[in-house]
Amino acid sequence: MNNAETAIEAKDMVKRFGSFIANDHLTFSVYKGEIFGFLGANGAGKTTAIRILCGLSKPTSGEIRVAGFNVFTETEKIKKHIGYMSQRFSLYEDLTVFENFRFYGGIYGMSRSAIREKTSEMLGKLGITELRNTIIASLPLGIRQKLAFSVAIMHTPEIVFLDEPTGGVDPITRRQFWTMIYEAAASGITVFVTTHYMDEAEYCNRVSIMVDGRIEALDTPAKLKARYEAASMNDVFIKLARNTIEK
Amino acid sequence: MSEYAINCIGLNKRYGKTQALDNLSFSVKQGEIFGFIGPDGAGKTTLFRILTTLLLADSGTASVAGFDVVRDYKALRKILGYMPGKFSLYQDLTVEENLTFFAGIFKANIKENYYLIKDIYDQIAPFARRRAGKLSGGMKQKLALSCALIHKPVVLVLDEPTTGVDAVSRREFWEMLIRLKKEGITIIVATPYMDEAILCDRVALIQHGKILVTGTPSFITGAYPWKLFRVRSNNTLNLISQLKKHPDIHSADMFGEYVHAGTEHGKLNTEAIHAFLEASGTVMTEVSEIPAGIEDCFIDLMRKENE
Amino acid sequence: MKRFVIKEFLHIFRDIRSMVILFGMPLVQVLLFGYAITNEVKDVHVSVVDPSHDQVTTAIQQRLFASGYFLQGEVLYSQGEIEESFRKGRNKMVVVFDDNFAQKLERREIPSIQLIADASDPNTANLLVNYANGIIAGYNQSMAVSAGGPVIVPEIRMMYNPALKGVFMFVPGIITILLMLVSAMMTSISIAREKELGTMEVLLVSPLKPLHIIAGKVMPYVLLSFINAISILILSHFVFGVPVNGSLALLLAESMLFIVLALSLGIFISTVSNNQQTAMMLSMFALMLPTILLSGFIFPVENMPVVLQWLSAVMPPRWFILIIKSIMLKGTGLAYFWKETIILIVMTLVFILASVKKFKIRLA
Repeated sequence: MNNAETAIEAKDMVKRFGSFIANDHLTFSVYKGEIFGFLGANGAGKTTAIRILCGLSKPTSGEIRVAGFNVFTETEKIKKHIGYMSQRFSLYEDLTVFENFRFYGGIYGMSRSAIREKTSEMLGKLGITELRNTIIASLPLGIRQKLAFSVAIMHTPEIVFLDEPTGGVDPITRRQFWTMIYEAAASGITVFVTTHYMDEAEYCNRVSIMVDGRIEALDTPAKLKARYEAASMNDVFIKLARNTIEK
Repeated sequence: MSEYAINCIGLNKRYGKTQALDNLSFSVKQGEIFGFIGPDGAGKTTLFRILTTLLLADSGTASVAGFDVVRDYKALRKILGYMPGKFSLYQDLTVEENLTFFAGIFKANIKENYYLIKDIYDQIAPFARRRAGKLSGGMKQKLALSCALIHKPVVLVLDEPTTGVDAVSRREFWEMLIRLKKEGITIIVATPYMDEAILCDRVALIQHGKILVTGTPSFITGAYPWKLFRVRSNNTLNLISQLKKHPDIHSADMFGEYVHAGTEHGKLNTEAIHAFLEASGTVMTEVSEIPAGIEDCFIDLMRKENE
Repeated sequence: MKRFVIKEFLHIFRDIRSMVILFGMPLVQVLLFGYAITNEVKDVHVSVVDPSHDQVTTAIQQRLFASGYFLQGEVLYSQGEIEESFRKGRNKMVVVFDDNFAQKLERREIPSIQLIADASDPNTANLLVNYANGIIAGYNQSMAVSAGGPVIVPEIRMMYNPALKGVFMFVPGIITILLMLVSAMMTSISIAREKELGTMEVLLVSPLKPLHIIAGKVMPYVLLSFINAISILILSHFVFGVPVNGSLALLLAESMLFIVLALSLGIFISTVSNNQQTAMMLSMFALMLPTILLSGFIFPVENMPVVLQWLSAVMPPRWFILIIKSIMLKGTGLAYFWKETIILIVMTLVFILASVKKFKIRLA
């Protein structure tokens, strides 16, 4: 995969807040169509990094390109070419399914007919065409989550950022959700997942693990498990975090 | 007092159209760590609020430590320790002030009960003067547990204590619970994480307000009715659709980079699956037989329930 | 842009509360200001001291009471009675005629006529005196022209506030508003915050009784509000020269009563609101606006339509403003406002009972 095109390219990304270094020389690439897991404990610096990659905050130094655009000078272009979904916020609960689609499609400058087409296509895929005019608040959590993801990729972004996407959903819905993510990745959308739930990490092609502002490991889950002689990503993470603290 | 710390019979609770609890019955033994495992919206919080006297069930009875949750709510409130799902401390008070306040409202003596929280509180003691709102997720949770324990409760009720907390803090938290259990405290804990099930003495898997199964983790996984294979390929989606084509394969579910395929006992072995996939042109790197985990059981029970 | 506007409209249309505020508030405001909030004065009780009781004084009185501004009040006979009627708040102005009024006029002497107004409300006092002056001037004109008699010039006396300082009127109002604001709004918000943050859940599961929780929440605010009241009094007395003619102890005691009343109102509001936003809105619209508009603080209650007068009667601030004005400006004691005090006490008890009853020992 080394020769593949990159969707995100970060070299020596540094972000300081006063004397506190939130991101300490992060260097990594995310390949096109890859599902990339961005892991770390609370306060390890994940949120800071995501904000920079989404064009919401400027790094202190480094060379970073997202979807080919420079995060220092081309944040507007970056925002047009990415999608974002978080577990906490994504859909307006007091609007209907279609109104949410219409709103987000509108934000990204999609035409009326394109929005209508995309909505029926995505609802059809989820098998919930009949819920088009239902208020979000009255839908079960699982469906909401799938809809949120559909909305995040309706403008076919190059990269979609998912912030703890499947915390708290039932195991069947979670698998349906990951199936959607795999399909999106297969269609060429790069998926960037941040989470501190290690079982989500197992689904990613490659994962990076952040500890105290630095990337301590970056590889496929299988190779990481082999390297740290661990049965699960959870154990990998605990070993890594404890090693670093002892250091 | 009976051998049961908690006893519930036929609990029902409805919010409008939603049946939050559907004829729920279970019992928890003295000194047990009992886990309620299920997704958000399964009814865990509703159940815990009924057990902590905060809500009234529509029907059914529940008793905790021998006290009826409706009739004896005053007595019960004296001996319960409760950590709600939301972080429920005063963010604008310091660590120390929070602990003093909660000791105060239970008329508890911090010095007398300190041994109980010592292991936990020692870790946050260096930040005693810091405001609770400024603590990290893991530390907040330790403080909340300290506050819930300071009056030496007989029964500890923890609603999703590990949600939103990183893996290291989660592990430490469970280590603390196991120590508390040794002090004789009965602990009932809700969690959406299947992997926490094996840390409990007994668990109930819960979905749509119904208990799917109750028992020790090994009892539940032992009762898994299918033979389970773990298969890996470079294309998980394709692998699943190929596996589902086989008439003897009952289920094929993603588990990280693997797919778990369930079959009836005695029908298939690794070689047969290997041969079948190879014939279909699937590139696979591994096929092996594995024991079922709690998540496999949950999926299987959910499917049965849905049928 | 367009999508955003549409989305925002949808949010508003689907939220009943914002709809009520959006469309209900302007209606209420316009109606209130249109009806209640008239600065003009009419139908005000005016008493008369008329030792002469001759054709001239009767004619002047007729003109006064035919004007539509004034209603015939009591007939008084002495200085003592005048002061007493003011203290009791029975009238806003007293017209005092000279004795042998007509005879003096005939003898080309100028009889005196005195207008004494209750200037604890300086705006109203000013208006009343101006109206009366105008009417007497009218009488002068018609009489002087035909008879060539002397011109009667009324002598004006502003009771309680000779300099007509606006601050005399505002201080009682501001004390009332501030006590209401700090006490009711702060308690209701702070209780609602505990519900919102989830700490209320833990308190409820503890052995604390509802009364303990309420008392614990309220105590600090009692103290803070009391300090607040005292600092306003000190400031207005030493900087603006507002007098405290009556008993200071009584003033503080009545303030304390009002604080407790406001706090119990605040608790009541918090029992019906689940989050800080609702508590804030309820306090604003249910307490602040009526306190300012309907309490008689700025706009005299007498001029409101009957419906609003009734509404005003259930507003605690109305009675409290009356009480503190009486103590501070008129220097009267409990004998003059025991009724108002009892009203406040009854209101306090009602709210405390209602909130202890409504305060749930469980969630939902």
